[in-house]
Amino acid sequence: MFGKFKGISASQGIAIGRAFILKHEKICISDEVISEINIGKEIERFYKGRERAEFQLQELRQKAEISLGKNNAEIFEGHIEILLDNSIEDDVKSLIENRRFSAEKAIKQVINENVTVMEDLDNPYMRERAADIKDIGQRLLYATANVELTSLADLNEKMVVFAADLTPSDTAQMDKSKILGFITETGGVTSHVAIMAQSMEIPAVVGTGRIVDQVKNSDMVILDASMGEIIINPTDEQITEYKDKMHLLELSLLELAKLKNLPAETIDGRRVELCANIGSDQEVDNALKHGAEGIGLYRTEFLFMDKPQMPTEEEQFRAYRKVAEEMTGKAVIIRTMDIGGDKDLSYLKIPFEQNPFLGWRAIRMCLDSPDILYVQLRAILRASHYGKIRIMYPMIISVSEIRALNEILNNVKQTLRDDGIPFDENIATGIMIETPASAIIAKQLIKEVDFFSIGTNDLTQYTLAVDRGNERIAKLYQPFHPAVLSLISQVIQASHEAGKWTGMCGELAGNEQAALLLAGMGLDEFSMTPSSIGKIKKIIRMSRYSDLTALSEKVLDLSNSEEVIAVLNDVLKKYR
Amino acid sequence: MKSRVIEIVNKTGLHTRPGNLFVKEAKQFESEIWVKKGEEQFNAKSLLKLMKVGVSRGDKIEIICEGPDEDKALDSLCELIASLEE
Repeated sequence: MFGKFKGISASQGIAIGRAFILKHEKICISDEVISEINIGKEIERFYKGRERAEFQLQELRQKAEISLGKNNAEIFEGHIEILLDNSIEDDVKSLIENRRFSAEKAIKQVINENVTVMEDLDNPYMRERAADIKDIGQRLLYATANVELTSLADLNEKMVVFAADLTPSDTAQMDKSKILGFITETGGVTSHVAIMAQSMEIPAVVGTGRIVDQVKNSDMVILDASMGEIIINPTDEQITEYKDKMHLLELSLLELAKLKNLPAETIDGRRVELCANIGSDQEVDNALKHGAEGIGLYRTEFLFMDKPQMPTEEEQFRAYRKVAEEMTGKAVIIRTMDIGGDKDLSYLKIPFEQNPFLGWRAIRMCLDSPDILYVQLRAILRASHYGKIRIMYPMIISVSEIRALNEILNNVKQTLRDDGIPFDENIATGIMIETPASAIIAKQLIKEVDFFSIGTNDLTQYTLAVDRGNERIAKLYQPFHPAVLSLISQVIQASHEAGKWTGMCGELAGNEQAALLLAGMGLDEFSMTPSSIGKIKKIIRMSRYSDLTALSEKVLDLSNSEEVIAVLNDVLKKYR
Repeated sequence: MKSRVIEIVNKTGLHTRPGNLFVKEAKQFESEIWVKKGEEQFNAKSLLKLMKVGVSRGDKIEIICEGPDEDKALDSLCELIASLEE
């Protein structure tokens, strides 16, 4: 098997090595009703299993204390506490006695019931703890069936670990020095494996979907968490390329850490703002660690995904407030939900579409069902009392859309005033510029808002009519195409002529070649993956604004993407 | 019977690890101890129940103690919650 896989980056870094696949053996659970004389025997089996599970957890706790430290070992005390919980014992016994379930079937049902309750909780952090209950349940089940669990303790050289999911008892058995990185099919940025990998400072990509059966033990693997990318059985060229990338990363991390507290200012005094893109309230620490001066894009989609119902106002409010507070007065731009036909939300019933990217998505959906937006805006406004929040609408193509959205916003503000709930009366609103239409009428649009933020991924895809997910036309996806650059430059100018500002939150903002050009065009704010902030700051601080302005004027006259990249690479060489 | 309302201040709330510290502390006392969050009231000596209710930062919970050492139990549980850091 060869190929590239994508997932969510949960911990930064690059790893190159061989694959270790962690698979759990299946045990069969009998559906047969047990006879009355066996009731006592099944209950006895449950107690025996529980004893074995407790013994295993005690061992794990001791191992973890040595290899991972006392704090991580305490998790297992919690696991033992839950394992021995009276309600589990009572429920299992009652299912065996009254429903004549086998011990395994009873355990499975009781654990599933408990997991369901936890998965329905409001708080995403607490919800993820359902994994702990699953983990304990699985251990109890295997111990009762007397089947051994495979484990990371089997690792004897440095490897990249693949698993459907990784639980605390999986990771407790590992020798940290043997792990190059983690790849899991499920999980989000707050899952156990993400937290673990961050504390170990090794790369991790989660939520890849089916991958474990696409890879074999000892296959060569490249794991690039900065891009959320996995390459199985790479070519020699790819290995060399990533080894270089890894080396540079190590060097530059050391060097860039020194810039953290310095401003992003050119030699001749032009100051820009470098901010971070985040997808969850758990990513703020990482943003601050890399010296982010604000959050230029807080994607709220994750609050809406992977759950059985719409997030409540309270749940959203807590997440937004947390980010606002942790950023301590630095600006946080919250983008209202950008969901459409390419994502499946069970509770929204989005119909199948031929062209989801040209379809019923983002504010188009919100303007049709204003209650979604109403709840979100109310949560955002309430949170604005606790920090500096700005609101940003995605997928705009017309002035009338902004007016309709602002009317909803004003209504929400009035309900908050009526209820006596405090919020920032001067909250700024802006729009994403990601459609060619919005870029072309930027002059008219800027009158309605306080700022622009350019989304280069969609702007490129829509301007060039190139589907960015289609590998066959990947060559045509060119963010440096003169058409795209010309639109970007017009947008920045239109905002400046109105005395306002423009930021960028697409991938281009964290690209070194693009940074030269964009700074020269007068871009005011760059928002990117936190780990890119250092390298962009370095380039800004080494530049002269007057040189960059001249460079951007020159580049705008070039005839194609290849020429643009060649000129920019040439300039960039002088920085090395 | 003694009770007090207290706000959860640590970042991650009463999940597995901090929750276990809380339950362990509660079990030190002879008194019956309950936690009330909203309309739900449950035994503070069960970590599973505590996790199923989902106590997170910003939540206000009421701790209710009844028994010979109720004063001491209430004080030390409130103190523990205030001191959680993670």
